[in-house]
Amino acid sequence: MSENIIKAEGLTKVFNHQLVAVDHVNFEIKRGEIYGFLGPNGAGKTTTINMLITILKPTEGRATVLGFDIQKQNNDVRNVIGVVPQEYTADEDLTGLENILLCADMYGIPRKVANERALDLLKLVELTDFKDKRVQTFSGGMRRRLELACGLVNRPKVLFLDEPTLGLDVQTRTATWNYIRKLKKEYGMTLFMTTHYLEEADSLCDRVAIIDHGKIVVVGTPEDLKHSLGGDIITIGIKEDAEVSELISKVENVKEVKKENGSYRIKAENGEVTAPFIIEALRRKGYTVAKLMLTEPTLNEVYLEYTGKSLRDAEESREAFAAQRMMMRRARQ
Amino acid sequence: MSETNDNSKNKLHGLWALTNRELKKWYKAPVIFTLSIIQPIIWMGLLGKAMNLGAIFSSGSMEQLMSKIVLIPPLTLMQSQQLGVFFQGLQTSIMQNTFHTSDYFSFMAVGMIAFTALFTTAFSGMSVVWDRRLGFLNKALSTPVSRAVIVFSKVLSATLRSMFQAGIIILIAIAFGLQFGASFNPVFILGLFGILFLICVGLSSMFIAITIRSTRIETPMAVMNLITLPLMFASNAFFPTSIMPSWLQAVASVNPMTYTTDAVRQLLIYNTIDFGQVGLDFLYVGIFAIVVATIGIALSWRYLSR
Repeated sequence: MSENIIKAEGLTKVFNHQLVAVDHVNFEIKRGEIYGFLGPNGAGKTTTINMLITILKPTEGRATVLGFDIQKQNNDVRNVIGVVPQEYTADEDLTGLENILLCADMYGIPRKVANERALDLLKLVELTDFKDKRVQTFSGGMRRRLELACGLVNRPKVLFLDEPTLGLDVQTRTATWNYIRKLKKEYGMTLFMTTHYLEEADSLCDRVAIIDHGKIVVVGTPEDLKHSLGGDIITIGIKEDAEVSELISKVENVKEVKKENGSYRIKAENGEVTAPFIIEALRRKGYTVAKLMLTEPTLNEVYLEYTGKSLRDAEESREAFAAQRMMMRRARQ
Repeated sequence: MSETNDNSKNKLHGLWALTNRELKKWYKAPVIFTLSIIQPIIWMGLLGKAMNLGAIFSSGSMEQLMSKIVLIPPLTLMQSQQLGVFFQGLQTSIMQNTFHTSDYFSFMAVGMIAFTALFTTAFSGMSVVWDRRLGFLNKALSTPVSRAVIVFSKVLSATLRSMFQAGIIILIAIAFGLQFGASFNPVFILGLFGILFLICVGLSSMFIAITIRSTRIETPMAVMNLITLPLMFASNAFFPTSIMPSWLQAVASVNPMTYTTDAVRQLLIYNTIDFGQVGLDFLYVGIFAIVVATIGIALSWRYLSR
């Protein structure tokens, strides 16, 4: 038996014969790991998930989930996976318990078993007190937890989480991470998730694949990825001048200098030692450093390194998406 | 790997759960539920009592009309009474000939049943689009529930709702003075619900089939506006086909609404029932339902997942 729970080979999706959403991606996910797709909106994360959960047909390539082909054995795949979609899909007009039971019915789980599981799951996500309240009255965090519970009702071997903390505030997000860790421990599942929160990928995922324009750019554990950058990042604010870059790069231990948004981004080993030397070198030529920031590499730096752009840009469109979703929810009421 | 949850042996699992989900939105919401009962009352009041075609042929209006056309010399009291009786008889026979009942209200109230079926099922297309937009459809598609079940649950919930409303209409119509035909038998009510089930399955499948690929809520609304009224008025629901222009008669003669209304009318209010025709009505509407539902389910296989 192979240890690869999910295996994708040349998986590709082209929409309307022109928009290549996912471009020949290959990846393998091992038993028991949390594997994350990190990338901005439109990178192809959700499209990949939708193919794996059998609601979207690949244009090319193939993939297996627990050994089942996602196209030829799609019903077998559906039986063994759990899905927590990006949207809040719980029915507003039903109660928390009714929603879980509805999910259970869609898996054909007998009512008696379903009832037991539903109560267990509600306890797990701490919604027992709200089980008979309509979802309409739930907060964002509660809805997320309910979605988690629904995704687990069939005791899946693999759980797919699409942007599990999208639109949640920081506290709720951290709490949701804890639930996800707890669920994983409790059920020993393999998790596949997408996110564009760097912190989320960093703190939850065992392995991260950075995806951009439908292609996987790099894969590794968050630690390995950060180390692969080789050093700390020093960002300095200074009046721009052609000479500055050259001056900085001559300083010992400096590996690379990049100009970004009016400041200089310097990659250097032992940043805390190197930084004073940089300031000194610049001052000698009459330049004054207005601002200095020293950061140990985060996934954002990794991201920047491999895609050439900051994930921050993606934040705005995410906010817009969250706003739209709020609107949809109100529209339904 | 053989560790599958073997839960989904029954191909129809989830059908009742998904149907009940739709129905709960209706019977658990007091406002919507009340409105769905009030709505047929209002329509019946407006179309049955206000637009009372029977009143045109009432003795009073006939008398007025006649006095304008022919110069009738002033009548004695005796003559005027006789004329009144004559016109009354004339009215009854005109009504019987055109509407097969002496009472337009009864004629129309029965047409209202098909009308309600049409309008209630028309919303089933909308609920598919909602589910798509809110992500519920994707979630359902990622479970082993059959695609046909997803679509058929919509059909079934609209059908059950229509049948409930039809029951309300019958009750209200009786309260308002519906006159059952001479050969009416309470068992015929079952026939009413039978044909209603068929037409609702057909219509609902039709609306879903048309809008199944749509992601915008405007599409099913436009479809509803385009289809419902022509389907309604190109049928015998409010007006007998016999006095329609021939081109409209042709349209009405293929319109399943015509057959539904005819069957219901024959069973409830006609004095003499042509059982052969009722059988044909059931056959026609039944074939319509099977064909359209099959198309709807075939499309659901093809288009629910892209």
